[in-house]
Amino acid sequence: MTRPPLPRWLLVAAAVAVLLAALPLAGMAVRVPWTRVPELLTSEAARDAAWLSLRTCAISTGLCILLGTPLAVLLSRSRGPLAAVARTITALPMVLPPVVAGLALLITFGRTGVVGRHLSVLGVEVGFTTAAVVIAQTFVAMPFLVVALEGALRSVDARLERTAASLGASPSRVLATVTLPLVLPALVAGATMSFARALGEFGATLTFAGSLQGTTRTLPLEIYLSREADTETALALAVLLIAVAAVLMVISALVARRAVVGRD
Amino acid sequence: MVAVVGLSTLVGCASGGDDDEGGDLTVFAAASLSGAFTKIAEQVERSEPGVSIRLSFGGSNGLVDQIAGGAPADVFASADVATMGRAVDAGLVAGEPAPFATNVLTLITPPGNPAGITGLDASLDGARLVVCADAVPCGSATRELAESAGVELRPVSEESAVTDVRGKVASGEADAGIVYVTDALAVADRVEQVPIAGADTAPNVYPIAVLDRAADSGPARRFVDAVTGPAGRAVLAEHGFGPP
Repeated sequence: MTRPPLPRWLLVAAAVAVLLAALPLAGMAVRVPWTRVPELLTSEAARDAAWLSLRTCAISTGLCILLGTPLAVLLSRSRGPLAAVARTITALPMVLPPVVAGLALLITFGRTGVVGRHLSVLGVEVGFTTAAVVIAQTFVAMPFLVVALEGALRSVDARLERTAASLGASPSRVLATVTLPLVLPALVAGATMSFARALGEFGATLTFAGSLQGTTRTLPLEIYLSREADTETALALAVLLIAVAAVLMVISALVARRAVVGRD
Repeated sequence: MVAVVGLSTLVGCASGGDDDEGGDLTVFAAASLSGAFTKIAEQVERSEPGVSIRLSFGGSNGLVDQIAGGAPADVFASADVATMGRAVDAGLVAGEPAPFATNVLTLITPPGNPAGITGLDASLDGARLVVCADAVPCGSATRELAESAGVELRPVSEESAVTDVRGKVASGEADAGIVYVTDALAVADRVEQVPIAGADTAPNVYPIAVLDRAADSGPARRFVDAVTGPAGRAVLAEHGFGPP
């Protein structure tokens, strides 16, 4: 069954939308010193930043999976106003302005913070450490996994879970052998998006963790600093970040599509 | 494309580089000048009816990038000679930049100096020190000062802006920070100063210049004269700046 044709003005608006996304990238591509990119990326500061970003994002994504999966399962089974409030709160960091996220983390976990004050007494100080970077990344990236996973969990056929349970499987076993395998594509897609978000995390890291080479200066912070003195390095690092982000998005989209096909 | 053009008219500002005596004047200045320049601009507006001055404060390097990118600025004041040099090399400056103020570095601590910082010495060992990154003016000045004092600094963070250094000390997150005296004065109720011996032997010089696009602008030239003249110097001194 063919659908009726679309209005022509739609094409114009869509073209402007595509231009808005593509023009800044094209504009950057013109200015990037392509021949020097490999050499610029091997500077010690760039290597340290890339390695730190990779390490912290891997840990953050792991934490998102560990903590976010149980939360998504619980939310997918919850109804009512309380669940709606919980859903809103856990998704909020997704749309929180980065500086606000950093400020919130600082006045909570900072030295004089609500929680940080007590940690300080115990000799635990997260400010200015790599742990602060991981906390900031996990805080902003977790909702991406939870939202993606919860949607998939809601579409799982409850009869499969009931059948497994009636055959004597414990709740943990049902979750591990029936429920989670069914939503594995969504989990992978969500985790990929979380990783991408963690990789781009900037404002909260700067406010909460500071900026020190090899300890807290991730790729976005290195770009921010390089702009001051060395635009070429900033552009080369930006290319690296854009390339990785694009690959992650493609992976996420492919896996998510497989998830839809797999339901046939 | 119409939408894009419409947008640029919407966000574009009227330029102020005209020959007549009235009109708008746009001044780009280093963030550390915000208090002093706001006051000087008020004085100039009072003495020159019909001139309205717009001030834009930020990191000196970022301001040069904006001016090079076509931002409608008539006057530029930077936090160091090197950054003004970038503007001169890019052909953005009309005539010679004039030095108008100096600033020296100082240590700051949270109220009560909980870590017992006494200067650029062993008291910093194990303390959480925050400084400016080498790529920004206050950072290169910090590095030079530490080198001349023969001290190796081990900061926990190197910030891109002096205000970020100050904020991390004022909030108690850091035990000590290195900022300019003027930055410390601006929040005197929230930080304590620990002077650095020898800081005043190599003060940081602030230059100001009329930009190329405003070469024939009377108000731009008179603003620069006001800043470099006795009235401007008095305001700058109030804010902790030294004479050039």
